[in-house]
Amino acid sequence: RGTGGPDARVLTHPLSPQPPPAKYGGRHTVTLIPGDGIGPELMLHVKEVFRHACVPVDFEEVRVSAEAPEDDVHNAIMAIRRNGVALKGNIETNHNLPPSHKSRNNLIRTSLDLYANVIHCQSLPGVETRHRDIDILIVRENTEGEYSSLEHESVAGVVESLKIITAGRSRRIAHYAFRLARAAARRSVTAVHKANIMKLGDGLFLQCCQEVAAEYPEISFRSMIVDNTTMQLVSRPQQFDVMVMPNLYGNIVNNVCAGLVGGPGLVPGANYGHDYAVFETATRNTGKSIANRNIANPTAALLAACMMLDHLRWGGA
Amino acid sequence: MLKLTVSAAVNFCSQELSYGCRDSSRSSGWLPVGEGSDSALLPVQSENAKSEGTFQVTMLPGDGVGPELMHAVKEVFKAASVPVVFDEHHLSEVQNMASEEKLDQVVDSMKESKVALIGKIHTPMEYKGELASYDMRLRRKLDLFANVVHVKSLPGYKTRHNNLDLVIIREQTEGEYSSLEHESAKGVIECLKIITRAKSQRIAKFAFDYATKKGRSKVTAVHKANIMKLGDGLFLQCCEEVAELYPKIKFDTMIIDNCCMQLVQNPYQFDVLVMPNLYGNIIDNLAAGLVGGAGVVPGESYSAEYAVFEMRCPGPQGLTRRSSALPSLEFHSNLIADAVKKVIKVGKVRTRDLGGYSTTSDFVKSVIDNLHPHYGS
Repeated sequence: RGTGGPDARVLTHPLSPQPPPAKYGGRHTVTLIPGDGIGPELMLHVKEVFRHACVPVDFEEVRVSAEAPEDDVHNAIMAIRRNGVALKGNIETNHNLPPSHKSRNNLIRTSLDLYANVIHCQSLPGVETRHRDIDILIVRENTEGEYSSLEHESVAGVVESLKIITAGRSRRIAHYAFRLARAAARRSVTAVHKANIMKLGDGLFLQCCQEVAAEYPEISFRSMIVDNTTMQLVSRPQQFDVMVMPNLYGNIVNNVCAGLVGGPGLVPGANYGHDYAVFETATRNTGKSIANRNIANPTAALLAACMMLDHLRWGGA
Repeated sequence: MLKLTVSAAVNFCSQELSYGCRDSSRSSGWLPVGEGSDSALLPVQSENAKSEGTFQVTMLPGDGVGPELMHAVKEVFKAASVPVVFDEHHLSEVQNMASEEKLDQVVDSMKESKVALIGKIHTPMEYKGELASYDMRLRRKLDLFANVVHVKSLPGYKTRHNNLDLVIIREQTEGEYSSLEHESAKGVIECLKIITRAKSQRIAKFAFDYATKKGRSKVTAVHKANIMKLGDGLFLQCCEEVAELYPKIKFDTMIIDNCCMQLVQNPYQFDVLVMPNLYGNIIDNLAAGLVGGAGVVPGESYSAEYAVFEMRCPGPQGLTRRSSALPSLEFHSNLIADAVKKVIKVGKVRTRDLGGYSTTSDFVKSVIDNLHPHYGS
C-alpha cells in the first residue's frame, strides 16, 4: 500500500486569507529550527552575528530532531505558519525506519507548499576551485516528482515508486524561474530533463517550460538532458545562467554545483512558497561527522540568514 | 524618577553603540514569491542618512505635562551621551497649532526615524466640523493598529491589588473610532462601528505573537458578541481562528461587562487581553486604576513599521525596550554577507573544508570583527 501524500490535517487549514506575518514596530519574528548534526552550533553562530550586527530579528526556536515524535514536526510547521519565515538546519532522516516514517524536512516543505528551491552557486574570491567565474541560479521544483512518497509493492518482489509530474506545478516553477531570471537581469534559462526516456512525465515538464518561455521573449531558453548537464557542469560550468528542473535532478545538480564552488559549507539555499519561506544550506547536509567539533564552515548558514533578511526586506511572506 | 530614566538611557546606549558602518549596495538575485512581485523587487531606499552612529527619534510633546517631561528626557539623554537626535514637532489642537501640513511633517519624520516618543494630544470635546481628532488621524496615517498597555504593580507603591501583571492589547484603528457619524433623520444620530475580518485577524495575531514572545500563557478575547452578534461575533471568530495557530497558548473569551467586574474582583486570573477599540479604552483605564493611575502605566503603539511610545509614564523606558529596528534590513544583510565574504577573501581564517585550520568559532569571531572594522583596532 502507498504511504499517502503530505498530512491532510496540515494541508487543509481553514485560515484564509492569511493573517499578516509577525512584524511589529520594524522588528520581525522568525522561526528557528536548529535541526541535527552541525545545525544547532551553526544557528548559535548566526544568532551571535545577528546580535553583534543589531539585526531587528527575534527568533522563536522550535526543536525538531530525527527521533522526535510527529507532533514536534507539526509544532514546527505551525510556528512557520505563524511567523511566515524560518531559518532551518537539516533534520536527519533515518532510512532504516518503517516507510510510514516520512522525512521531516520533506514534510515541512510539502505541508507549507514551498515549491521553489533556489540556490545561487557563485565562485567566491579567495576560495580556490578548479573552475572560475561560476554564477548559476538553480531553481528546483520542491514538492512533487520523485518525492511524492507514493511507493507500493504491486507484486511480491516488485516495488513501484510513483514519480508525479503535473502541468500546474511545472508551469508554476517555470514561471518562477523566468521571473527570477528577469528580476536578476539574467539572459538565459536552461530546463533540465530526461524526456528522451520519460517521454510523458518529463515531456510534460519540458512542454510547460517551453510554453512559459514564450511569455518571456527577452530571455533565451534551451533544454538539456540531465546526464549531459552534469557532464557540462563539470567541464564548462560558465555556460549556465539560470537552470530549472524537477525535484530529483535538482537535488543532484545542486550538489554538483555546490561542489564546483567549494563545497557544502559555502552555499546557501532557500525554499519559497506563496505564503512562506524557509532558508537553509543549499545541500541540506546534517554534517554529523563534524558536529560538535567546532570545525564546520558557517558561511552557508550565515549567507542563508542574509537571504532571509533580503526576503524580509521585500515584505514577502 | 530620574534614576529610572538614566538607567533606561544607559541601556539604550549599550544597545545602540555598535552601529556606524556604512551601507553598501549589493545587487541580489533573489525573488520573493507572492503577489506584486514586480513592484516588490524595486530596491528599497537605503535609510542611512544618519550621521555616524546617531539615531533620529521623532518627538511630539503634545499638551499638558508632555513638554516638561520631554525636556527632562532630552536633558538626561544629553548627560548620558545617548546617540539619539530628537526631531521635535509640535501638534496641539487646543493651542491652534494643528494642521494637515503639520501632521504630514510628523508622518515624514516618522518615515525616517521609525520610532517616536509622544505626549498626549488633547482633543477638545466640541464639534468643529472635523470628526477625527489629530491623535486618531496620526494613528491612521501610520497605521498604528496595536496599542499595548502593560499593567504591572510597582514595587513599593501599595494599592488594593498587588503583584498584578497583565497586558492589554487594543485594536485602535477601527471599531467605534471610525469617525463615521451622521444624522439620518432629524434628531436621530447613527454612529457606525466598523469591524473587519482583516483588522480583527491582525490584532488577534499581534496578541498571540506578543504572548509567544513574552512567554505568556493565556490570551483572553473581550467582546460583546451576545448583543453585537455580527460585529463582535466576527472579531471573536477571527480570534478563535488565529488561536488555532498557537496550540501552546490558552485561549478563552469573556464578555466586556463581566470582564470589568472580574478585573475589579480577581484581576490575577488574566494574562494577555485582546479587544476591539472602545472596550480597550475602558479596560486600559480600569486596569491602570488598579495599580495606581495612568501616570505609572506606559503605553506603546505598533504598526508593522513603526513604534510609538506614549509619555504617560515619566521616563523613556518604553523607548529603550525596542531599538535595533532602526537601520534597514538591506543594511544588515549586506553588512553580514560582506563581512563573511571578506573573511573568506582575506584567507587568514579558514575552516578545514577550505584547507585551513581554524575552528568555526574563530571564523565567526573574525566575521564579527569585520562587521565593525573600527572596533578594537
